[in-house]
Amino acid sequence: MTHWLIAPVVLPALLAPFIVLAARYHIGIQRVLSVAGVVALIAVALGLAMQSADGTITLYRLGDWAAPFGIVLVGDRLSTLMVLLTAVLGLFVLLYAIGSGWDNRGRHFHALFQFQLMGIMGAFLTGDLFNLFVFFEVLLIASYGLMIHAGGNTRLRAGVQYVLFNLIGSTLFLFALGAIYAETGTLNMADLAERVAFVSAEETVGIRIAAVLLLLVFAIKAALVPLHFWLPSSYAEAPAPVAALFAIMTKVGAYAIIRVYTLVFPPELEATAGLHDVWLLPAALISVAIGMVGVLAAKKLDRLVAFSVIGSMGMVMVMISLFTPAGIAAALYYIVHSTLAGAALFLISDLVRTGRGSLGLTAKAPMAGAALTAALFFAGAIAMAGLPPLSGFLGKLLLLNAAFASDMAVWIWATVLISSLISILGFARAGSVLFWKAKSVAPSEDSPAQDAPAPLAYIAVGGLIALLAAHTVFAGYVHSYTSSIAAQLFAPQPYISTVLDTPGKLSTPKEGY
Amino acid sequence: MELLVASAIGFLTAGGIYLLLRLRTFPVILGISLLTYAVNVFLFTTGRLTIGAPPILRDGVETYADPLPQALVLTAIVISFGMTAVVVMIGLGAFLGSDDDHVDDQTEQDEAEANT
Repeated sequence: MTHWLIAPVVLPALLAPFIVLAARYHIGIQRVLSVAGVVALIAVALGLAMQSADGTITLYRLGDWAAPFGIVLVGDRLSTLMVLLTAVLGLFVLLYAIGSGWDNRGRHFHALFQFQLMGIMGAFLTGDLFNLFVFFEVLLIASYGLMIHAGGNTRLRAGVQYVLFNLIGSTLFLFALGAIYAETGTLNMADLAERVAFVSAEETVGIRIAAVLLLLVFAIKAALVPLHFWLPSSYAEAPAPVAALFAIMTKVGAYAIIRVYTLVFPPELEATAGLHDVWLLPAALISVAIGMVGVLAAKKLDRLVAFSVIGSMGMVMVMISLFTPAGIAAALYYIVHSTLAGAALFLISDLVRTGRGSLGLTAKAPMAGAALTAALFFAGAIAMAGLPPLSGFLGKLLLLNAAFASDMAVWIWATVLISSLISILGFARAGSVLFWKAKSVAPSEDSPAQDAPAPLAYIAVGGLIALLAAHTVFAGYVHSYTSSIAAQLFAPQPYISTVLDTPGKLSTPKEGY
Repeated sequence: MELLVASAIGFLTAGGIYLLLRLRTFPVILGISLLTYAVNVFLFTTGRLTIGAPPILRDGVETYADPLPQALVLTAIVISFGMTAVVVMIGLGAFLGSDDDHVDDQTEQDEAEANT
């Protein structure tokens, strides 16, 4: 048993207090430590991803206690991919925060950032439902601090909303966990997968309630309509680098749905039949529609980006709710795309704010650094709206292809295509008002000239766009990898036997004991 | 006893949800506290209700109390306690800053009034 699997959790967990204690008043040292930590995380995540690329499932037992008694971390293809994505996103967001000076506008940005990474990594790696709850709380409590970083009344008000909504979500999560434990007597996911199948047909009431409650909790995290109300104002009011990091947090919800509803409550389980196709799919389609209409209706650029995130999460959920290997493979491809594109757009909206002083979609005099910002916005908008040549287009193509076999194919095709058109209109309108109409307004004398954003900020955003381009160019490799992830998810037996049959303290004694 | 515990969870949840819907910081935080009490009691009952039963293996004992839910409740209590403290601080900051303790978004009319 190697200890590398726990490194993505332990590394930021140790680095964060070190930053607080040793480098409290030195923003320079904090920056160096934080960037070094994230680079090390990327290296570890790459190693883990290569280790599990051939289908190996790595198990880490904390304190060597055997599952289901002890807590386990499990690294398979899906979780290591998400860990790698988080680490890479973290690096670019961190570079932007340093370049734009956001990290110096309040205290403890870097420590909270590391705690946030720790929570996200733990949520992706854990093999235990209660531990998933604990890591959700870790990432949430760090996100509360980051959300109100740099203060301000509107941000604090949005922060209160965000915290309260998530507290309600956590309470629901606990109710779901209690119901599951009462019905099955375990919270280890692999153990649950075996025991849920044994629940007899007449006694499924409790487990069905638990499955629905759990889906609601994850849908809150994934901002699925009608549980998306917390997202627009919290993401729009949060500091831009924080909002960009939050782009991965909605994916934590999507990841949890994929994990739990392929492993514990698989689509062929009779007790929870209908949950995916009758309830999840329509909600996801409405999310796509509402998100894209919101893009067209938004009066400010940050709200526009927030609604585009809701729309793209809806798109991910449509792919997931198909619950076929092709659908999950498409969803994973699109999750990577949507994380990078959403983060890039939040950072670009901050570039606009720096350059022109406001985000309102009304014509104002030309902004500082308009040419480069406009080019980046153009690329980000193309990616998010799903136009060729960037990866959003390929993701939607994979979805349309995967939806052929579904009974709802007509609805899916119609919603995806029409809402894409609406979002193109929304982005085109925003771009033309921000960058082109500016020429028609004469710069007023009394408004102070804004400085152009720092070069490092542009490098960070450009890096994200370059990753999107690479995601498009190597789409064949990425898609074949996500297909192999989906294949692994739909054949969970190796996962279950790795977790339950690896010997450790307290494991079932073998013959001759 | 089952009836007593079940109705206690029910009343706490009902009260919590009612207070949540008041949409003002103080009642909402109280409501969330009630909800967390409800969920803590609920977690206790998930290990079945037993009175005076030991949680550790002993000779000559047939009935045991499940120790795991107690550990889960402890974790949940600690987390909810910390979270409540955080939300009180943020809520106080928001109220002192904007002199308004509504937790929902302001309508455009409200914003216009606040600006005048």
